[in-house]
Amino acid sequence: MSNSFLTPTQQKSKKKNYLILGTLTLLIVITFVISMNTGVIKLTPIEVLRTIFGQGDAQQQLILFEFRLPRIVLAVLVGMGLAISGAILQGISKNALADPGILGINAGAGLAVMLYISFFPSTKAVPVYLLPVLAFVGSGITAILIYTLAYRRHEGITPMRLLLTGIAVAAGISSAMIVLTLRLSPENYQFVATWLAGSIWGSNWKFVVSLLPWLLILLPFVYSKSRVLNVLNLGEITAVGLGASIERERRWLLAASVGLAGASVSVSGGIGFVGLIAPHLARQLVGAKHQFLLPTTALLGGLLVLLADTIGRSIFEPSEIPAGIVVAIVGAPYFLYLLARLKE
Amino acid sequence: MTTSTGVGGLRDLDELQKRSHPVRGVVALIVGVIGLILSIGLSISLGAADISLRTVWTAIIHFSPDLTTHQIIHDIRLPRVLGAALVGACFAVAGAIMQGMTRNPLADSGLLGLNSGAAFMLAICFAFFPDLSYMYMILWSFVGAGLGVAIVYGVGSLSKGGLTPMRLVLAGAAVSALLGALGEGVALYYRIGQDLAFWYAGGVSGTKWYHLQILSPWILAAMIGALILSRSITLLSLGEEIAIGLGQRTNVVKIGGIIIVLVLAGAAVSVVGAVGFVGLIVPHLTRYIVGHDYRWIISCSFIYGALLVVLADLVARMINPPYETPIGALIAFIGVPFFLYLARKGGKEL
Repeated sequence: MSNSFLTPTQQKSKKKNYLILGTLTLLIVITFVISMNTGVIKLTPIEVLRTIFGQGDAQQQLILFEFRLPRIVLAVLVGMGLAISGAILQGISKNALADPGILGINAGAGLAVMLYISFFPSTKAVPVYLLPVLAFVGSGITAILIYTLAYRRHEGITPMRLLLTGIAVAAGISSAMIVLTLRLSPENYQFVATWLAGSIWGSNWKFVVSLLPWLLILLPFVYSKSRVLNVLNLGEITAVGLGASIERERRWLLAASVGLAGASVSVSGGIGFVGLIAPHLARQLVGAKHQFLLPTTALLGGLLVLLADTIGRSIFEPSEIPAGIVVAIVGAPYFLYLLARLKE
Repeated sequence: MTTSTGVGGLRDLDELQKRSHPVRGVVALIVGVIGLILSIGLSISLGAADISLRTVWTAIIHFSPDLTTHQIIHDIRLPRVLGAALVGACFAVAGAIMQGMTRNPLADSGLLGLNSGAAFMLAICFAFFPDLSYMYMILWSFVGAGLGVAIVYGVGSLSKGGLTPMRLVLAGAAVSALLGALGEGVALYYRIGQDLAFWYAGGVSGTKWYHLQILSPWILAAMIGALILSRSITLLSLGEEIAIGLGQRTNVVKIGGIIIVLVLAGAAVSVVGAVGFVGLIVPHLTRYIVGHDYRWIISCSFIYGALLVVLADLVARMINPPYETPIGALIAFIGVPFFLYLARKGGKEL
């Protein structure tokens, strides 16, 4: 769609949307700098900047490039993945409360990773590039399971039943994980427990590298489907009328959503509610058109997890609260609020 | 508080009479009690050191402190198995009362946020008042259970769609997630996670005699209250209009029921942690057997809830010795499919 077809008001709202995208990027950069300064060893913003441009001493470089930077990058990437995953789920199911965490997709990914760790306990030998693949398989199986269990002939899938099924399946999976954790050695147990709570534990460039390809492929793919998502939002009948082959598109998008959630969870652990909050906030900011909704959602998701991780590290120094817990403390009340507004 | 329905009321209950099966109730109770006694005996005799059932018997009848086996039985195994039985009975009866009063087939103290509320309060107590006596801890546990269920029902009643069973369960899940996250945050921050982690997942291994001593009067009182209320709960389960029509003061019954549920759930959580699904499974099974009369449902739920948790605890110790599998996880393996089955039916029938 070229600009010449737009009315002046649309032009104006487009301008506003770019402004919002710019503001969000700026906020991420600011949080990034704050987060760089957060930790036991304090660095001034100037020192951070100097180190980034190669002027810092060895210790500063070690702290920034080997500990803090990978963690921050990972937080932003994970937030983007989870947020877009939630946006897709909300788009294709027309379910305002959909989120990969609430629907149990994250739990499935977690279980697959845990199974791997408990059967091949030497954590050092885990090839990190395999983790997202494992998580994708786990979350894919879970998604199919939930879909099958929630589906009923004649009625199809109602949003409420989908959510209830997801919550129940997640409960079952987390009991399975609890049973598995007991087989682990104490140090592996501590590691898994923190991971399950949703800590950005992979403070390591390897995890960034293993997650990045997934986002680089899937995010543009989803963006290219913005128009399909818009049409799906209008309702099935309209969508059929406009010639979108709904089921096939939906399956591809669902697969992308599961892939994004799985890959993110494999490096971050169980962070729920990001995929719920970010798309809702984005819709408030830029409206329901996915061409703008998706980038805004991604930026909001990245900002949210980065903020949560920074807060979790800075307020409770020297101990740490996993980002997943911080997000849940905001996200659960938001879920309740949406639930109260939802009509049957 | 009993509310007399009068002779006229009883005639109106013909329909109910047809649906209740007292004979089956008596049989179910007798079978349940025998099963419970056997499984308690079995649970005491099996373990790291196997003890014959005969020794178990003599240890209980003629306890002699000089014998090691008698000491094991008396100090470790007996309080543990009694704790399991009490916890199961509490969760099951709380679930039965909730299902009856609200006519919500998905009611369970775990699903509606009571358990996580109580567990959250206990985590707060552990973190900030580590010296608090057990007596005060369970009082806070009652408060926590009340807090959890109040938020769930608060959100439910603010909703545009009203208090549907599904909506309440969703609200319960979100409240549990919130309180769980807060509790976990507190636990991690104060480094009490290790003590709390296992306990959260559910385990009765730490039960001591003084726990039972302090809990028993509360549970006894709540159970007596439940039995007194059971007739009125039967009426409420037919529908609020019918109960009012039969002259019942429904508000009194409801308040009484809520207090009993809070005490039962709070007490149970203070022993075992936030174990769900017992209060969902057991009342449904007993209702299937004994019909819709809550006098029988509540008394049978007491016995079968105890049986379920005693058996779960036994299995938890046997699966992977010397490690113990959290019973909460084991019960969830039965509870989740059961819940899915109920949710699939649409959560309408009760």
